[in-house]
Amino acid sequence: MSTTIHVTVNGKQHTSEVEPRLLLSHYLRDVLRLTGTHIGCDTSSCGACTIHLDGKAVKSCTLLAVQADGAHITTIEGMAQGGALHPLQVGFQEEHGLQCGFCTPGMIMVAADLLDRNAQPSETEIREALEGNFCRCTGYQNIVKSIQHAADIINKKEVVS
Amino acid sequence: MTKLIGQSVKRVEDKRFITGQGQYTDDIVLPGMTYAYILRSPYAHATIKSIDTAAARAMEGVVAVFTGEDIAKAGINGVPTGWQVNFKSGETMKEPPHPLLVADRVKHVGDSLAVVIAESREIAKDAADLIEIDYDVLEAVWNPADAIAADAPQVHEGAPNNICFDWELGNPKAEVDAALAGAHHVTSLDLVNQRMIPNPIEPRSAIGHFESSHDRYTLYTTSQNPHLTRLLMCAFVLGLPEHKVRVVAPDVGGGFGSKIFHYTEEALVIWASGKLGRPVKWTADRSECFTTDAHGRDHVTKAEMGFDKEGNILGLRVKTYANLGAYLSTFAPCVPTWLHGTLLQGVYTTPKINVDVTGVFTHTNAVDAYRGAGRPEATYLLERLLDTAALEMGMDPAELRLQNMIQPFDGVSQPGYMTQVALQYDSGNYQATLHRGLEMVGYEQFRQEQAEARKAGRYLGIGFSTYIEACGIAPSAVVGALGARAGLYEVGQVRVQPTGKVSVFTGAHSHGQGHETTFAQIVADTLGIGMGDVEIIHGDSESVAFGMGTYGSRSLAVGGSAIMKSLDKILEKGAKIAAHKLEAAVEDLDFAEGKWTVKGTDKSIGFGDVALTAYVPHNYPQGVEPGLDFSSFYDPANFTYPFGTHIAIVEVDPQTGKVDLKRFIAVDDVGNVINPMIVEGQIHGGLAQGIGQAMFEGALYDDGGNLINGSYMDYTMPRADDLPSFEVDRLVTPCPHNPLGVKGAGEAGAIGSTPAVVNAVMDALSPLGIFNPSMPMTPESIWRTING
Repeated sequence: MSTTIHVTVNGKQHTSEVEPRLLLSHYLRDVLRLTGTHIGCDTSSCGACTIHLDGKAVKSCTLLAVQADGAHITTIEGMAQGGALHPLQVGFQEEHGLQCGFCTPGMIMVAADLLDRNAQPSETEIREALEGNFCRCTGYQNIVKSIQHAADIINKKEVVS
Repeated sequence: MTKLIGQSVKRVEDKRFITGQGQYTDDIVLPGMTYAYILRSPYAHATIKSIDTAAARAMEGVVAVFTGEDIAKAGINGVPTGWQVNFKSGETMKEPPHPLLVADRVKHVGDSLAVVIAESREIAKDAADLIEIDYDVLEAVWNPADAIAADAPQVHEGAPNNICFDWELGNPKAEVDAALAGAHHVTSLDLVNQRMIPNPIEPRSAIGHFESSHDRYTLYTTSQNPHLTRLLMCAFVLGLPEHKVRVVAPDVGGGFGSKIFHYTEEALVIWASGKLGRPVKWTADRSECFTTDAHGRDHVTKAEMGFDKEGNILGLRVKTYANLGAYLSTFAPCVPTWLHGTLLQGVYTTPKINVDVTGVFTHTNAVDAYRGAGRPEATYLLERLLDTAALEMGMDPAELRLQNMIQPFDGVSQPGYMTQVALQYDSGNYQATLHRGLEMVGYEQFRQEQAEARKAGRYLGIGFSTYIEACGIAPSAVVGALGARAGLYEVGQVRVQPTGKVSVFTGAHSHGQGHETTFAQIVADTLGIGMGDVEIIHGDSESVAFGMGTYGSRSLAVGGSAIMKSLDKILEKGAKIAAHKLEAAVEDLDFAEGKWTVKGTDKSIGFGDVALTAYVPHNYPQGVEPGLDFSSFYDPANFTYPFGTHIAIVEVDPQTGKVDLKRFIAVDDVGNVINPMIVEGQIHGGLAQGIGQAMFEGALYDDGGNLINGSYMDYTMPRADDLPSFEVDRLVTPCPHNPLGVKGAGEAGAIGSTPAVVNAVMDALSPLGIFNPSMPMTPESIWRTING
């Protein structure tokens, strides 16, 4: 038994036949082959699979693919626009916000949601926003700095424009 | 040209990771791929009366089901152990088999029983649900102290009292007993260094791919150590010809030790792929990682340290029961012995040391190296003893350390320091890191604040840890004498292409450490070329000649040194070619800024021209081979010995037991540094894991041997809002015995930090009594410590 879904992922429309039990994280990875969305656990605890669903950060392992029918999804692969890295991608590289890179897509996606809501978050606000995402490599300190770096880029741009 | 060595060059590997283009094992899909699901034991100890796989085999989409019986019939051996430790009597340690699939008796929760291979992951899981197993559940034992009791359930036949080995190091016990008997004061601590679960965020995964056209196998695996995995799997498990097996460890999402080892699943997917003629992929669920990734630590220890009345250390006696789990993982026997006992000198002049370790089997998952591996356990007991002794004797913990520390030595004009426990430290300046730490924390001011806080009913505390570790492992002859079944050299090949671009092949493996950047900095600086002209290749047995992998903070000290050896050879040969082209003698040439110049002239030839000449040898020196490509093996002369001072400041609420980690200061000396940004990142990560052990983490078993916190919902790893921003600094005492002067930074943070936090809690609570807090220091645990 399968169901037809229509989703827009990183600006591209897809129509797929999926099993009702297929998780959205598996749909993105296995069906669309967007493997930048990672799976680190089976309890929705690690946040490595975080994506944007209709503009909000969600853990794609907590949703079935069928629940995303009609939705607009952004994954890490859709963050760079026209060859230019997203300010968060720049921030993570500049501030050494990643080591093994496995949690990084989820971290960037959750941080993008935070900066959408709060353009100048404090260190405490950043740490609280990241509490659904595990990183085992960095001790989080440079991830915090990376997000502050991105916020500075975004805010400077806004001042200029 | 700006020197790159010593600069915080941004990482070249980041681009693929920040754009979602990294390629981890589970991202790989091969044509015709099948998916494996492993059915695992829900019981810690049970005999298998029967397994019925008929319904699973019959399910549509199932390709094959294999059980322990199939593995036994195929004559496949279990996975081996790479280190042998003997009993004190000289008898060889007990080394029971670790089969790929168990046929008769399971020995821990998660032990493998059957593998279902199907057209999809979901079908494989569904089919596994249909396998009927009749168990006879037996009593289990999980605690090493209980496991040695006369009436304890036995894990293996032929390992009486569940003892794998007993082992001793240092001065004769009678001498240490005498030193403690004559001491003015003896501090005695019963310590549990709890079992830790490494938890890299990428679950383990393996793909076996047999190509009948070439009779060739490829294993893609989440490994820190692809070449050793190939050797162990081919030579000891499957009996495959090594030259027909390629092992690739692509991007790997963290390891922390747990991905060093050769695991059963790797051999299983290779064997199954050969049998089925199709690729077979297995990826662990997180819950499987919890019960099958090798765990770390798990020591039960009694430690006693004697002092004279001035506070000078007279002797140290340590008895440890080390839990090895049910099966011996690849390096398991060496962790509680040679990586633990040898560190008990610490940075102190302790004249008499005896350590006695019993390795114990239990009905739990295997225990092996986890970030620091043995050295955190040694550091924990030493540093806990020091702060406790200071409190008991009414001395200042910093002063007590300074008074007992080994004096500075550079290992060049002054000799290395011979310890009582088999090591010779390379170079050290231990006091300097403590002085710097005291300065950073504002020690005197803190003690005043603490006194005022106490008057106001607040419990502030400070804790110290002045650690040393042995890494850059290791001289092959030394480790061979200590029981290693492998050498621990490293391989570095530098291939200069005809256009002067450089490919570097290293046997070290990067899974977060940033080798693609650090190694490129070394190569670019040495050859006087740009970073962009250098590519670092690792993790593929087909392109990299050989390698011993990444662990024990060895990549730069050993792997970097191997690359340096090859660079020397490149420059030596390049000079001959340059001399010929410049019609000068080699001795008359200088090499700088990427070109050879005839001294005192402006006649020169660039590196790129020499490279091209080496490959188009028309006008070429006689007797010199064409090409510019060298491979070197570097076997280190000694371990390296980073050290440092970690200081924690906490506030404890005795009403609730809650510990607030307010500040954490780390002053580390890891020798010379190639990329300070990367080193600092390594320190941060290590601190988070060490603090995680002190405050949050630890495996919990019930009496049936079930891991009761085997998920991210239940096992508490530090999250971003659990940790403060760390205050870190570095001092530099170069390593005297490797060409880069580097010591290694991967494990220091995890080794030094744990006791500092526990000591700080002890100090905070000291107005209420001298407590020995147990880890992890959850509110409940601290409340119980205070309230008995």
